Amino acid sequence: MPPTEAQLRPTPTVTRFELGGDLTLATSSALWQRIQQQQWAEIEIDASAVQRIDGAGAALLFELQQRGARILALPAQGQRLLNALSPELPLLKTTPKPAQHLITRFGARVRAANANFYLQISFLGAICAALWQSLQQLRRFRWREFCLQCELVGANAVPIITLISILFGVILAFQSAIPMRQFGAELFVANLLGLSLIRELGPLITAILLAGRTGAAFAAELGTMKVNEEINALVTFGFDPIRFLVLPRLLAGVLMAPLLTLFAEVVGLFGGALVMKGFGIPFATYYSQIAGQVNLIDLLSGLSKAAIFGFIIAAVGCYRGLATGNGASAVGAATTQAVVQILVLLVVADGLFAVVAYHMGW
Amino acid sequence: MSALIEVQGLSCGYGNKTILKDVSFSIERGEVVAILGGSGCGKSTLLKHLIGLYSPQAGSIRIAGNELVGTTGADREAILRHFGAMFQAGALFGSMSVLDNVMLPLQSFSQLDAPAIEIIARLKLRLVGLEAFADYAPAELSGGMQKRAAIARAMALDPEILFLDEPSAGLDPLTSAELDALIRRIAETQHVTCVLVSHELASIHAIADRAIMLDRSTQGIIAIDTPEALAQSSDERVNRFFNRGQLRLVPQHCAASEPTLQG
Ligand SMILES: Nc1ncnc2c1ncn2[C@@H]1O[C@H](COP(=O)(O)OP(=O)(O)O)[C@@H](O)[C@H]1O
Ligand SMILES: [Mg+2]
Repeated sequence: MPPTEAQLRPTPTVTRFELGGDLTLATSSALWQRIQQQQWAEIEIDASAVQRIDGAGAALLFELQQRGARILALPAQGQRLLNALSPELPLLKTTPKPAQHLITRFGARVRAANANFYLQISFLGAICAALWQSLQQLRRFRWREFCLQCELVGANAVPIITLISILFGVILAFQSAIPMRQFGAELFVANLLGLSLIRELGPLITAILLAGRTGAAFAAELGTMKVNEEINALVTFGFDPIRFLVLPRLLAGVLMAPLLTLFAEVVGLFGGALVMKGFGIPFATYYSQIAGQVNLIDLLSGLSKAAIFGFIIAAVGCYRGLATGNGASAVGAATTQAVVQILVLLVVADGLFAVVAYHMGW
Repeated sequence: MSALIEVQGLSCGYGNKTILKDVSFSIERGEVVAILGGSGCGKSTLLKHLIGLYSPQAGSIRIAGNELVGTTGADREAILRHFGAMFQAGALFGSMSVLDNVMLPLQSFSQLDAPAIEIIARLKLRLVGLEAFADYAPAELSGGMQKRAAIARAMALDPEILFLDEPSAGLDPLTSAELDALIRRIAETQHVTCVLVSHELASIHAIADRAIMLDRSTQGIIAIDTPEALAQSSDERVNRFFNRGQLRLVPQHCAASEPTLQG
């Protein structure tokens, strides 16, 4: 037997803590902080004095045990709670996603925008296809839904359109009459009003109101249907959601926007007429000034622009609704995106229209 | 010691419409009690009144000796703090992850610091078997998992009473049985009293210590007893409910006999 070297080393002394009192959610917050401040490996904890204990208290014991402490003499009730948590298994920690580089994020954005663009083009295609089908089978078009949407989009919008456009006419007339008066040219405020309202402002005000009123409603309604799987239900029954939901709304939008625009123009001009009357210009003079300035082409180009705006509003609203993700917050996001995209597209379309009209000499 | 929940002469409904009239019962600490009855008989209504979402038309609800009806302010909040509730559709907050859903009540109603809250919330998810799904969005879970996550959230503050409205509604029989086992296990290990609405006989037998049977035509309770005793009940209405699973598909008396013409 080989001789062994003489050794001297300390025996590990076991530190013991005594845990007592109520170990509950409301009474253990100080203890949670305390256990993070020291090492618990090889430490024994005598829990025999624990009185009341709940799930949060058991979680605290779990954490102590995970840190290496040994829990002794826990009363039976607490032991049951602790055992239910499988204290021998460590908690799963989720690894935080690595932060993406700026360029990666930018690339992902561009890709998403690109994919979105393709989807919108195919949505446009699907609309055309559905329209063609519906034209062949006019009976199967949902006329009642269409009429209901016309009421919602058109008739119900009349009060707010009246309010805003009369205000617009009055303000526009009043603010331009003041400087014009310095040149004695109040009369030409009528020309100004007629031209700007009928060519530009009428369609635009109506479209902006409809974007907030109707575009948002379409996106929210279809988005909620998507979230509640109502769209899936339609598809399984063999309904084409485009034909069933989008087409009636789209046609209602295309039809109602020009009508509302015409109405807004009349009301706006009437508001202007009231102001002009105040400046001493009678209705008849006002009317003949406008009639001399504005021709049928002006009116028709304004109204056809309104129809295009109506198409944009309804199509984008429906598209965003159908593209909604999951959950209640997705509906909110879809609605926001719909309104923002509609407004951007309105500006773009208006600009394009102005260029075309200029070159065509309208 | 008095019962944990004591309901006396409770009448409830919406507006002027009375759904339940003069209902009285009590629930002991640690019991699992099922509220039964046909569709539309007022099970959810009763549950919502017990939780204090609506105030009853008459009667009293005492929780651990404290009157809930008519109590306001801090006293009421102290009573409501005893409760955890899971609603019929789960009602998880869709914009948050499952873990955030469970942490939310802890963040709002406890003084604990963030790491402690996270540990507690993850352990609640472990309790319902969803530990690995902490970072999922609710919409990414199956129906049964959403129910379990909702139970974890309801348990976040270690309530004394857990109210569950149709926990197994819309689930397949297997998932539903798993959920029943989970609820029973939680009731036993977590020392929580469970009041649940159900119309599934299998789950009532699996979970409940006692059942309260409501009836639409009488607008009240027609029986309170153990599921076994109710299944043997002589009451016609109870019997119909409990034995509907054994509907005879073949009529017993084939009365129709060939017409014969005798000359
Ligand atoms: N918010 C409410 N307003 C008015 N009546 C309601 C409301 N909720 C439910 N009811 C009515 O109360 C009755 C009971 O409903 P409920 O308690 O949900 O039944 P169930 O037993 O199926 O859960 C039904 O007749 C229902 O129409
Ligand atoms: Mg119900």
